[in-house]
Amino acid sequence: MADFNEYKGVWVFCEQRQGKLMPTDFELVSEARKLADELNCEVTGLLLGDNVEGIAKELGGYGADKVMVCESPLLKDYTTDAYTKVLCDMVNEYKPEALLIGATNIGRDLGPRCAARLHTGLTADATHLDVDTAKYVEFLKESSTIDLSKQKFDYEDRNLKMTRPAFGGHLMATIICPRFRPQMSTVRPGVMKKAPFDQAKADACQIVKPAFSLTADDIKTEVLSVEKAAEKLVDLIGADVIVSVGRGISKDVNKGIELAEQLAAALGGGVVGASRAVTDAGWMTADHQVGQTGKTVHPKIYVALGISGAIQHTAGMQDSECIIAVNKNEGAPIFGVADYGIVGDLFKVVPELVKQIEAAKAAQ
Amino acid sequence: MKAIVCVKQVPDTSGKVAVKADGTLDRASMATITNPDDLNALEAALKLKDATGCEVVVVTMGPPPAEGMLRELLARGADKAVLVSGREFGGSDTFATSQILAAAVNKIGVGPEDVVFCGRQAIDGDTAQVGPQIAEKLHLPQVTYVADIQKDGNTLTVKRMLEDGYMMVKVQTPCLLTCIKELNEPRYMSVNGIFTCYDKPMEVFDYNALKDDPLIEVDTIGLKGSPTNVFKSFTPPQKGAGTMLKGDDVAAQLAGILAKKHLI
Repeated sequence: MADFNEYKGVWVFCEQRQGKLMPTDFELVSEARKLADELNCEVTGLLLGDNVEGIAKELGGYGADKVMVCESPLLKDYTTDAYTKVLCDMVNEYKPEALLIGATNIGRDLGPRCAARLHTGLTADATHLDVDTAKYVEFLKESSTIDLSKQKFDYEDRNLKMTRPAFGGHLMATIICPRFRPQMSTVRPGVMKKAPFDQAKADACQIVKPAFSLTADDIKTEVLSVEKAAEKLVDLIGADVIVSVGRGISKDVNKGIELAEQLAAALGGGVVGASRAVTDAGWMTADHQVGQTGKTVHPKIYVALGISGAIQHTAGMQDSECIIAVNKNEGAPIFGVADYGIVGDLFKVVPELVKQIEAAKAAQ
Repeated sequence: MKAIVCVKQVPDTSGKVAVKADGTLDRASMATITNPDDLNALEAALKLKDATGCEVVVVTMGPPPAEGMLRELLARGADKAVLVSGREFGGSDTFATSQILAAAVNKIGVGPEDVVFCGRQAIDGDTAQVGPQIAEKLHLPQVTYVADIQKDGNTLTVKRMLEDGYMMVKVQTPCLLTCIKELNEPRYMSVNGIFTCYDKPMEVFDYNALKDDPLIEVDTIGLKGSPTNVFKSFTPPQKGAGTMLKGDDVAAQLAGILAKKHLI
């Protein structure tokens, strides 16, 4: 077993695409700051790319003490081989205690490859992280049905407790990695709260450029091109208002989506989301999907139209501030998570709702 | 030339999921299916077989009843199946699982023209880790989230999906690809396939068959050896019941509430 005392600090792999940091980098750095304060250690961002030093300091504004920048033309576009080599070499050299990676399509490619090479465990798509056991117990009080009076906890335990949904969100599991270091987790984008940006901290953030070795021979794949989606993808994660549609629109799919768009507009401009049934049926593209296998969202207003509310879906939206559900079936589980429920046909309820909301706005 | 497809039998989480009092999943009460993304992986392999006549080998790790799933995949067109099964493997996390599957794939043998296909992720754990970890252990290049494959000799040109677009990636065989549902439409079992699936070879690799493979570290497999452990598992609480709006003027009631809460 490795000497755990050698391993110090919380690291965040800070993903960039086309020289721009990903929004989830700021969420992860903010979360890493909280963990590092509990562990009494530093937060280090690891930024790989070509000519990216200029974007590094911004990470300091969210809590990074230091950003290690590795630049090379070979790191311009993501390749599994180049990024895995540099990341693993850095980890082996500087030995962080914990390493967080955003669970993007790139992070989920890089994370497991690195964990296998580093010979350590990897938790997938964590939605909650704790070091301090007392805080973890508080979390369980709020977020579980466990009878805590029968549980014993070791309050000296400093392992990273990584909680994630499993089985389509029907179960939550807290994962630990007690025998190996670093403790690694990919973290679901949109879940961790971003700290307020602090310019003074950004200015104070230390930029380090460590030596590393990487040659073209290390890379077995070749990126021919990187294409942005032609159609603008919906930004579910950043939206304040989301109106999602489910199987209930099957009677008239186009009309159902149109009504959702009208309601989103009436609520102050929002985006249209979908349940897995809708994206699986091909009625809307996968970027609209909210839920365990889609996106996790917490808008100010979330409206579920004709969505039954399987845990698969509610796992991705139950933390929204105000949830409104419209469903024909009064026994639908969606009403169990809704703040306001209306039993009725969405094709009749929504037009009336749009009218009344417009009227209420006009009256203000 | 071979296409090796790694598959997993999973509980159907899209249906009714039963949780036992102790917070673990009541698997016995749930239907099992072949993991959906793995069917896209198999279809990709079968398309390669259609084009080149290559052999398609399906491999799974699981309890003995997983043989039923493998027979079904043979009926869909695979030529050979391998069931990796042993008590020593039970409770493995992704690190341990990938070690065992990598050893199994190694035993099947990866030739210079071969491709290993996996599904992107399984619907029970949703980790998407086992594919890349197998690739690392076998020192194969990997491409994940594959939505299109063009093959020219030993060169594959692959469309790899990102959240905001895609990448075109060139990779040489042997390599490992993880497949998503956009890649293809899985074919059904054929009548002929159903008739012949019990005549096709099915091998079982148990612990003894794999333990001497250099990829296997006996102290990092199974429940005890896995690097990650489940510290606690629990069911999330239901949110307190909200307000059901009733009457002919529900829309007006709701608009009023939203206005009062300054949400509109």
